[in-house]
Formats: sequence, structure tokens, C-alpha cells
Amino acid sequence: MRRTLQLPTFGISIVTALGLLALATTPLDSQQTHAGEYAQADITYGMQVYGETCVGCHGPDGDAIVGVNFRTGQFRNASSDPDLMDIIENGIPDTAMPPGNYNTSELTALVAYLRTMGDIDSSNVNIGDAARGETLYQGKGDCASCHRVGPEGSRIAPNLSNIGAIRSAGSLAESLVDPTAAMLPLNRTVRAVTQDGTLHIGRRLNEDTYTVQIINEDERLLSLVKDDLREYTILTTSAMPSFAESLTEQERADVLAFLLTLKGMR
Amino acid sequence: MTRTLFTLGLVAWFAQPLVAQVTFERLLNAADEPQNWLTYSGNYDSNRHTALEQITTENVDSLELQWVFQQTQSLQVFQTTPLVVDGIMYLTEAPNTVVALDAARGRVFWRYEYTPSNLSRPCCGRVNRGVAILGDTLFMGTIDAKLIAIDAISGEPIWQTDVADPEAGYALTLSPLIVKDKVIVGIAGGEYGIRGFISAYDVNTGEEAWKFYTIPGPGEPGHETWQDDDWMYGGASAWITGSYDPDTDLVYWGIGNPGPDWNPEQRPGDNLYSDSVVALDPDTGELEWYFQFTPNDPYDYDSVQVPVLIDYPAQDGSMLKLMLFGNRNGFFYILDRATGRFINGEPYIDLNWAEGLDDAGRPIFTPQPPGTTTYPGVQGGTNWYSPSYSPSTRLFYMSTWENNGSNFEAQEAEYEPGRTFLGGRPAPPVPGAVLPNLARGPINTWTESAGTGAVKALDPATGEERWKFPMTDVTTSGILTTATDVLFTGGREGYFHALDAGTGDLLWRTTLGGMIANGPISYSIDGRQYVAAASGTGLFVFALREND
Repeated sequence: MRRTLQLPTFGISIVTALGLLALATTPLDSQQTHAGEYAQADITYGMQVYGETCVGCHGPDGDAIVGVNFRTGQFRNASSDPDLMDIIENGIPDTAMPPGNYNTSELTALVAYLRTMGDIDSSNVNIGDAARGETLYQGKGDCASCHRVGPEGSRIAPNLSNIGAIRSAGSLAESLVDPTAAMLPLNRTVRAVTQDGTLHIGRRLNEDTYTVQIINEDERLLSLVKDDLREYTILTTSAMPSFAESLTEQERADVLAFLLTLKGMR
Repeated sequence: MTRTLFTLGLVAWFAQPLVAQVTFERLLNAADEPQNWLTYSGNYDSNRHTALEQITTENVDSLELQWVFQQTQSLQVFQTTPLVVDGIMYLTEAPNTVVALDAARGRVFWRYEYTPSNLSRPCCGRVNRGVAILGDTLFMGTIDAKLIAIDAISGEPIWQTDVADPEAGYALTLSPLIVKDKVIVGIAGGEYGIRGFISAYDVNTGEEAWKFYTIPGPGEPGHETWQDDDWMYGGASAWITGSYDPDTDLVYWGIGNPGPDWNPEQRPGDNLYSDSVVALDPDTGELEWYFQFTPNDPYDYDSVQVPVLIDYPAQDGSMLKLMLFGNRNGFFYILDRATGRFINGEPYIDLNWAEGLDDAGRPIFTPQPPGTTTYPGVQGGTNWYSPSYSPSTRLFYMSTWENNGSNFEAQEAEYEPGRTFLGGRPAPPVPGAVLPNLARGPINTWTESAGTGAVKALDPATGEERWKFPMTDVTTSGILTTATDVLFTGGREGYFHALDAGTGDLLWRTTLGGMIANGPISYSIDGRQYVAAASGTGLFVFALREND
């Protein structure tokens, strides 16, 4: 299902409050703008999560509860993003705001959206279509030749079964365009040559002073002793290709939408 | 309820990984690849015997510590039996974390951490005794009664199945048993008034294939051994891994105590199949035969020991298909594993709860007067500690508790879901004396009241004791024997011993500090034999010094 979210655009940016106890009116001098601080993908995903879990009480404009308006400015109970996450996760005692069960990706997205709710021109924001993204994942993107989801695909690259819960939409979007910039140290590739000339290339799983553990291109777990190596390099460039050219912007949005559905069972 | 990991179906179009998978065929022939340790008890016969020959009675004193793995999540005593598959070791940390290690160096490839529900309430420690493997999938039971399939290469979960309700006291602490395309588990929770069962699940999906209740329901044979509603809360857990014989195509599993534990008058009847060993069809779960060791058990004589399967030469030259069962009640049994027929039973410790066994193997009870001591006591003559059988010496080896007695006093118990259902409290024979707890401290002042430990070698032909290796403290260790007649075992005192399996003589020992509460294993990598034993919260791995 293709999902496009459209929200009204505001001429004046007003920080959205995670409702509930936000002031009904806010002096202009307290207005803050946050555009640019948050990844567009997170904001977009935040719109989706908001639309699924928050809009029922707070309304599409964040003002459905009397005395609460997300677009009015400061948060009475939250000054930082972690504060906001805490309220979203744990609710506010003695109010109608309940605790919520959100993963890291969803929390990041909700905060990004709430912080930018009044700043962004979201008239054409497209979250992408997960079903179409799955088709791209399996076909044109050829993602499963390196990645694994559930019991299917390769283990060479990081397992994506839970990726929609542990990585933010922003970082996933960046990975599709600039994999090296978005690559985490834990996913770095090791290139090792033993004294007898055997070449091992694989993703680093663990490392200590004397040894390194990798999963190689044959999906085998290997433990290498550094003294047995004549070459040992930790590559800082990602083996993953950029999809900036090979996929259109819409296709990348679709793949992102699919990845965000992968929430595993942990 | 079973749920698969993903609602989005993905089509596999990639080749299988190139690593050698652990097929059922490999499990059947596990003894033929002693470089690996593929199941909880080493093979389906459950003899915990390795064919590796590098470590011998002559060189065992040259063993040297190679590496140590420390449990990081819990201070629970390590009870896991690691598996070793082609150089990779898989073990569990308490309560339910799976770790993949380089078995030569102890370095970690991955960890899978499962957080059990805080509603879980295992009676006797938040422990786990290891995983099972088939293909490249690991299977772990959890203390909140779930069964989880985990990818052995990546450590990612594949599926998860709810086995039972943890809030009612059900738990999984054992290592599962793979037979064909099913993963079989037995439930724990015998102290909570559960209705015990053994159940099997499809290895690919986690769907339940069958469930054998260890207490027959209305209309089923054996139900008449319970009265009224007693069967609904009668315990009969099954918390230690069973054995499998491909020739008889039967799974053998020990069944735990009835509940309430110490008040037999509250549950009149034999209370089948508590304190029994059952033989089940692995495809259907149907009962083929049973043998009950302790009917209407008043003493918590769980029969959750590991059934050891041996083929033993008869006088006429034929091979007898036997089951050896060193029971917690103090008797060493020999059964015909094809039929369940009782062949022999001899006490392996001094006991007074029975004067012997009749021709059918049923105990002749000799209840002790109130206020006096029954032997063995509540911890029994042995417990879940894995025994071993050596085809080389043709002896059966088991860890025993001697002079361990209890003064039993029954009390009426009322069943409440999720609450203990015990029916009394055994007292030590010395009033006010300290009894050994499940977690041993560094000081032992309980020996005179709690008894002593020993490793015993028993002759299956006669049931008689061949030799005994005594220990001051009681023991919770399993036993490993080798083709070179070395016997490895530990104890609660933290010593790790190597004995001569033929004579019981001490060949070598070291101290590992913490109590040893699992069975040692052996494996080899690149021609080097290793022996691994868990002690306290660590796993200690030994091999001969390189220059030896």
C-alpha cells in the first residue's frame, strides 16, 4: 500500500509540544526552529508513527485536546530530546497520556517529527510503499545477496531482521545513498592475509589484542590469530554499493519503508 | 502459540551457506566424530564418553589451562553443557543468553541475549543447561517456558514458541533433544503443582507436533493412579534431557516427583508417571512403555536422571539392549530398553526407605518412624548430574551423595497457581544443622549433617560397586570418560579431577574455585584434544601442553 502523508504548512515555525501539558499560547520569543537538525527520513517516519499512534487523541494538527497544542511552543515537562522520549515511552502520571511501546527507530522519528512539526513543508513528503520496497529489496536492489531477513538471504552483511527497530529512518536513508558515511564500526570489513598467503575477507564480529573474529564471504565463522597474519586491514569503506543512481528517489523511499517494517522478535 | 519472525514472506533464492550443517544423520552417528560434541550427553546413548585418545592416564597430569570464559550476565552457577561443532562452541549463560565461541581460544563470535519474563519462577535457580542443534539452527528453552530457534551462524532468532505459562510455575531449563525433524523438551516446575509434560515441535516452524502429559488425563491408562483432581496439580516434571535409540525408535525420558512433594497421603495411588522413565514414539509422542521407580513418592525422589543406553554382551553371545539408570532413590537399575522390563536393581548407597525391590522392580517400602532419618534424604543418592558409561571398561559411573538423610514430615498443602506446592519441609538429621544450599559458599561446615560425595563405578552385569572415589563435600558434577580410560569429574568443592576409570585412582587435579555443576565435555580442533568444565560462573578449557 502506498502511503503519502500530507500535513499543512505553517508560515511561522513553532516548536511542537508533546502535548498534554503544553501551553495553549506561547510568546513569540520562545519560538524555536529545528529544521535541518533532524534527518528528513526520521521526520517522515515520525509522521507515519504519529499518524498511527498519536493522531487518535491529538488530532492531525496536534491540537485536538483542549489546552494542548503541539504547535504552541515549549514543553512543560521536556526540554531535551531524551526528555521527550521519556514522556513518549512512559507517559505522564495522572494524565490521559499513557506509556507507549516504541522501539528506538520509532522514538527517534517521533521526536524528529514533533520537533519540526511546524517547520517543515510536508506537502509532498512521501514515506514510500513497503510492499513495493520488498519487491525492490528482492529484485532490482539485490539486497538479499548480502543481507539476511529472518531465515532468508546471506549473512555476509549485517542482518536486517530487526533493522526497522534499531536504526533510525534517517540513518537507513543515508545508508542507501552513502553507505560508507552511514556504516557503523561494528560492521567494518576485515582483510587479512595469512603467512601462507591465504586471503580472508569478512565482516568483523569481534576483535582483541591477539585475535579477530569474522564471518567470511562463505558465511563461515573464522577466528584469526594476528601473529599468523602478514597483512591485516580494517576497511573503513563500506562494501555496500550506493543506490543514489541505481534506484530512484521514489524507489529508495519504498525500500526504506520496507526496512522500517522489519522489527524482528527480540 | 507460535509466531514466526516476519509477517512479510520472503522468497529464498540464494544458495545455502557452505558450512557443514549438523544433519540428523550426524547426530545419529555423533560418536563417530569425537572432535565434536553435538548433543547434551554427547550422543543419543547419553554415555558421555569420548573416543578421543590424546589425553591418557599417563599424560593427563600435563593438562594446562588454555582459556576461560566468564559468564557476564548472571552469578548463577554455570550448568550449561556446551556443544562444539567444527571448531565453534555454543553455550548458554544463565538465564537465557546463547554465545558462540572459537572453541580453541574462547573468543566470542556473537551473543544472543533473551530477556525472560519477570513472571518466570523456576524453583531452583534461573539456570539453563544448554542448546541443541540441527542444520544450522540452535534451539534453546527459556525459564519463562519458551522455545527459541536461533541461527547458529549469525545468532539471530528465527522463531519463538510459547511452551507453557511461566506464571503458573512452568519453565524450561534443560537442553532440548533433536530427533528427526522435531525438537523435544520436557517441562520444569514440579514444585508448583504443574501438570508435567514432554512436547515436540517442528524444527522449521516451532509448531507443536505432540505433547505427552506425564500425568494421564481422564480416560487414559494410568489415570486411575490418581484420585479426584490430584492429577491436575500432580507435578511430574521432566527437566533433564532424555536419550534416543534409533533401533527401537524410542525416546527415553526421566520423570520428576509428584506434588505436593512430601505428602503422599494427599495424593493416594501410584501417581503415574511420576518418578518413572517413559519410552515414547518420537513421531507421535505415544507411550510405548514406562517403568516407575518410586510409586507414591514421599521423598521427592525425582527420576530426572539421564537414561544411559548400552548394548551389553550376554552369556550366550547375543547383545542385550539395556538402559542403565542410577536413580535418585538410591537404586541402580538395569532395564530392557525395548520393553521396559526390569532386569536388576541394586542399592548403590546405604538406604533405609526400602528394604529392596521385588521381582518386578517395585520397591518394598520401609517407612521410617516420625522424627527419625530417612536415607537418602531429600537430595537423594544422586540427582541430575550426568553419569557416564565406558565401553572400554564396561563400567557405569555416577556421582553420589552418601549418608545424606532427611527427617520428613508431611503437611497438608493447598494448591494455588504459581505458588509452591510442597506438602512439608524435610529437616536435617542433626537438629539445627546447616544443609548444603544450591549455591555453595567457600566454607563447608555441613558434612556431618549433609553427607559426603563420591564418584562410583558400578558393574552393569551385577550392579555391584567396583570402586569409589570419595569427596568430603557432596557433589553436583557430571562425569566424562575417555577411550583412554580417563574419567573427568568435578565437585562442589571446586576441584576438577581426572581419575583412572579402571581403578578410581586420582591421576590429576586442579582447583577452579567455584562449584562444578555440569558435565565435562571433550572435543578436538586441528588434532588437539580439549576438555571443558564449568566452574562457578566460568568455563575452563584444558589441553595438554604443546610440547608434550
